[in-house]
Amino acid sequence: MIKYLKLHEDRCVGCGNCVATCSRTYFKKEDPAHARIQVFPAGSGKFHLVACDQECRKCVAECPVQAITVTAQGVVMINKNLCVGCLACVAVCPTGAMRYYPGEPVPFKCIACGECVKTCPANALEIAEKEDSPMSRLPFEAAAAAAKETLK
Amino acid sequence: MKAFNKSDFKLVAEFKFEPKPIHRGYAMRTLYVNVGDKVAKEKPVSEDTKKRFTGGKGFGLRLLWDATKPSTRWNDPENEIVIGMGPIAGNTNYPGSGKSLVVSLSPMTDVPIDSNVGGYFGPYLKFGGWDALELQGKSERETIVFIDSNEGLVQFYEEPAGLDQDTHLLAEELTHVFAKDAKDLQAVSVVSAGRGADHAPMSVLNFSLYDKRRQGVRVKQAGRGGIGHVLRDKKIRAVVCRFSGVKQNLNDAADPAAVQRLGLKLHREIVVNDDKQCKMRSTGTAHLMEVMNDYDLLPTKNHKYGQDPRGPEVASWVWEKLFSQNLPDGCWYGCTLACAHAVDHFLLETGPYKGTKVCVDGPEYETAAGVGPNLYVYDPQGILELNFYCDTYGIDTISFGTMCSFLMECWELGILNKERTDGIELTWGNWQAACQVLHDMADGKPFGVLAGKGVKFLADYFVKEYGADPKVMKDIALHGKGLEQSEYISKESLAQQGGYYMTNKGPQHDEAWLIFMDMVNNRIPTFENKAEALHYFPMFRTWFGLQGLCKLPWNDIEPADNSKWAEPNKVPEHVQNYYELYTAITGEPLDWDSLIRQSERVYNFQRVFNIRQGHGHRVEDWPPYRAMGPVFEDEYLAREERYDKQMKEKIGVDPAGKSTAEKVKITREYRLKQYDSLLDAVFKRRGWTPDGCPTPEHLKAIGMDLPEVLEVVNARMAGKA
Ligand code: SF4
Ligand code: SF4
Repeated sequence: MIKYLKLHEDRCVGCGNCVATCSRTYFKKEDPAHARIQVFPAGSGKFHLVACDQECRKCVAECPVQAITVTAQGVVMINKNLCVGCLACVAVCPTGAMRYYPGEPVPFKCIACGECVKTCPANALEIAEKEDSPMSRLPFEAAAAAAKETLK
Repeated sequence: MKAFNKSDFKLVAEFKFEPKPIHRGYAMRTLYVNVGDKVAKEKPVSEDTKKRFTGGKGFGLRLLWDATKPSTRWNDPENEIVIGMGPIAGNTNYPGSGKSLVVSLSPMTDVPIDSNVGGYFGPYLKFGGWDALELQGKSERETIVFIDSNEGLVQFYEEPAGLDQDTHLLAEELTHVFAKDAKDLQAVSVVSAGRGADHAPMSVLNFSLYDKRRQGVRVKQAGRGGIGHVLRDKKIRAVVCRFSGVKQNLNDAADPAAVQRLGLKLHREIVVNDDKQCKMRSTGTAHLMEVMNDYDLLPTKNHKYGQDPRGPEVASWVWEKLFSQNLPDGCWYGCTLACAHAVDHFLLETGPYKGTKVCVDGPEYETAAGVGPNLYVYDPQGILELNFYCDTYGIDTISFGTMCSFLMECWELGILNKERTDGIELTWGNWQAACQVLHDMADGKPFGVLAGKGVKFLADYFVKEYGADPKVMKDIALHGKGLEQSEYISKESLAQQGGYYMTNKGPQHDEAWLIFMDMVNNRIPTFENKAEALHYFPMFRTWFGLQGLCKLPWNDIEPADNSKWAEPNKVPEHVQNYYELYTAITGEPLDWDSLIRQSERVYNFQRVFNIRQGHGHRVEDWPPYRAMGPVFEDEYLAREERYDKQMKEKIGVDPAGKSTAEKVKITREYRLKQYDSLLDAVFKRRGWTPDGCPTPEHLKAIGMDLPEVLEVVNARMAGKA
C-alpha cells in the first residue's frame, strides 16, 4: 500500500494555509520556498498543487547512497544522515515535488504527514491510500536483480 | 570470499594526524607514506605550488619530481605512486567530480605516466584533509596501508595468510575488514592490483567503490602505464581508505549554492537529453561500438582494418541488454551520467574461477573494442570473460588488447607457433586462447610473463629470437614510448596521429580526440589548424586532471542547443559551467586563458620531466606506421579506392598502372612527410624547439620558469642531456 497526500486541485482556493503550515512544521518559518507542498495560480481562479505522489519513486532508484527509502506505509523518505546532497533526486523528479533550498545541504519532499490537511479550509487535501504499482516496485526489483546471487 | 577479522592483521606501525577540514577545495597539505620505513608524515602545500600546479595531476607530478632523480627507474624504492585529487574532486553536485589522478614513473615508458580513475578512494582520502598521497619505498613483506580519514589514522598492517590476491576477492575481503559494521561498507575504498600485476608491466590499479544495491565491491581502473606493477614491486597488497559522513559541500565551497545550481542544471540536461544523445545512462561508453565500426574506426585485427560486417554483433544494443538497467551506476556520488555499468551474474567459463558467477565491471568502449574486434572476437561471452579476468588480475584491458592482437597478427604471419606460445593457438577470434595468455600471466608462466612485457619488448624479442623482419615488427607493434595505443584507428586522421603520439605519456586518447573534426568534418585542414587543435585540446583536457574531474560530462552530453554556438565541438556552455564551478568552489576567477594557462604549466612541466629522465626527444613522438597508413599490400587493397583517390588528389600522383607495392610505398612516403611537417607545426605552436624541448622563453611566459625546470631545458638545449 502507498500512503499519500491526495490533491483535489478543483477545490483549492489558493489561500496558502497548507504552504504556511508545512514550512512552519519543518523549517520553523513561513516561507513558500521551504514548503513541501506548492500552490501555483493556474489562471481563472484555478490552482495547481504539487506534492509527491509517493508512487513514481524515480528518486529512490536514482539516489547513489540509498538515502531515500520507503516506509512500511509506502511513504518515500530521505534519511538526512545518509544524504550526500547531490540533488540527483531533484533532477529526476518528474513533478518538481522533490525540492531543495539553495545553500542548504539536503533536499526535502512531502512525506504525507497530514499537517496541511488540517488547515485547508476547502477540503482540497486528503491523506489517502493506493495500491503498489509496477512503477513503484521498479527500484527494488532493479536492485534485487543486480544483487549478489549468494545473498539472495 | 573469505571472512577475516581485523585481529588477523598484524599492526606494524601507526601514525596519528589531526583530520583537517577542506577550505575552498584545498587541504593545503599532502600525506607522505613510506612502506619501506613504515613511516607517514604530512607535508604542507605552499601557495606557490598551489598557484603553479593547481592540483590533481599537477601536485602529483610536482611530488614525483621531488621524490625521484634523473637516474630513478620504475622499480627503484624512491619511485612513487602519487594519488592527487584536485580542488573540485569530491563535490557531489556536479556530475563527474570524483576523479583521482595517479602518477608514477612507468615500467612501460620509463617516464611519468598519469592515469585518471573513479571510485571512492580519492574523495575519501581528500576528506581526511589531504590534497594528495605519496607512496614511496619498498616493503620487505606484503603490506596493507590503512588510512582512516575520520580518525586521522595511518596504519601499516602485515598481510595475513590466506588473504586472496585477485581484486574481486581481495577488495571485498578488505572492505569487510576495515568497515566498522555492515552499515559502514560504503565508507571503505580499496586500491589494489592482482596477481597479473606481479608479473606484467601492463598492469592497473583498481579503485573500489562499494555498491549498496549489488551488495558488493565494484572497481574502476587507473589503467594505463603499469602502475599496478609498481604497487606490487613495493609489496603493497592494498591501500585502504575509510571515510564516513560524505555530505554536500565538504569542499567548503566559496559559493555552495552556485555549486548546487550548476550541478542541478547538468543533472537535468542529462536526464532529458542523454537518451537522445549518447545513452551513457543505459550503455555507457559502449555506445561507441557501432559508431566506430560505421566510420571505419573500430580497431579490427591489430588496427589493420577499422570495420567488419560482424561489427553489429558487439554493438551497443547487445551491451544494453547485458548491463543491469535502472541503477545509478556513477563512479562517484552525484554523477548522473552514470556510465559505470556492469554485467551481473556472469558465469565464467575459464580460469581459476570457472563456474562461478561474478559481476563484470564494464565493458567500456576501449575494452569491448580492444579485446573484441581487435582480436576478431565478436562473442560477448569472450569479451566479458577477458574483461573480468583483466580487472581481477590487475591487467590493463587496453594494453592487453593491443598486445594480444599483435600476437595474433604475428601468429598469422608465421612468426609465432605452438612451440613458441607454450601451446596456445593464437588465431584470430580465439578468445579462449587470449584468456589462456591472461591466466598464464597471472600464474607467472613463461609465455604469459613474456606477453605481459608489452609490444615494444615483444617486437624486439621476436626479431632477436625468431628472426622476424625488424621493419615489419616496428610497423605493427602499436605503441608510443612503450605504451600500447588505445582503441581508435588513427591512420586516416593525421591530427589524431598527433593526438596519440605527440603526448607526454604515450598514445592514450584522453589528450586529444580529433578524428571527427579532422577526418569526417574536415574542419582543421591545414597544418596550422591541426597544430592549433593539438595545442588547445590537450591543454583543455589536461585541465580535468588538475581538478579531479571526469571528461565525459563535458562532451558526452550536450545542451540541446549546442549547435547554435560558435565552435560547438568545445561545448561552450559546459566550458562556461567549468569556469563558474571552479570559481564557486575555490573563490578564484577563471576564464579560457587562465584555464589553458593552468594546464600549460603542468603539461610543459611533464614534458620537461620526460627530458629530465633522458627522454622527450622528437623521435619518441613518432607513431609506428600501422597507426599512420597501410603497412601491407592487402591492407592497401582493402581500401584501394580510398587510397588511390588520395594519391591522385592529395599526393598528385596518378595511381594508374602502378603496382600495389609501388602505391604502398608512395602513400607511405607522403604520410611520413606529412607527419614530420605536423611535428614542426605542433612543436612551434606549443613553444618547443624542433626537438620537442620547451624553450626557456616559453616557460617564462607561462609561469613555469622554476630554476630546476630551467636547468633541465638548458642542459638539453646545450646538448648535454
Ligand atoms: S540529494 Fe540526497 S536524497 Fe537526493 S539523491 Fe542525492 S543523496 Fe539521495
Ligand atoms: S561519466 Fe562515467 S566515468 Fe565519468 S564520473 Fe560519471 S560515472 Fe564516472
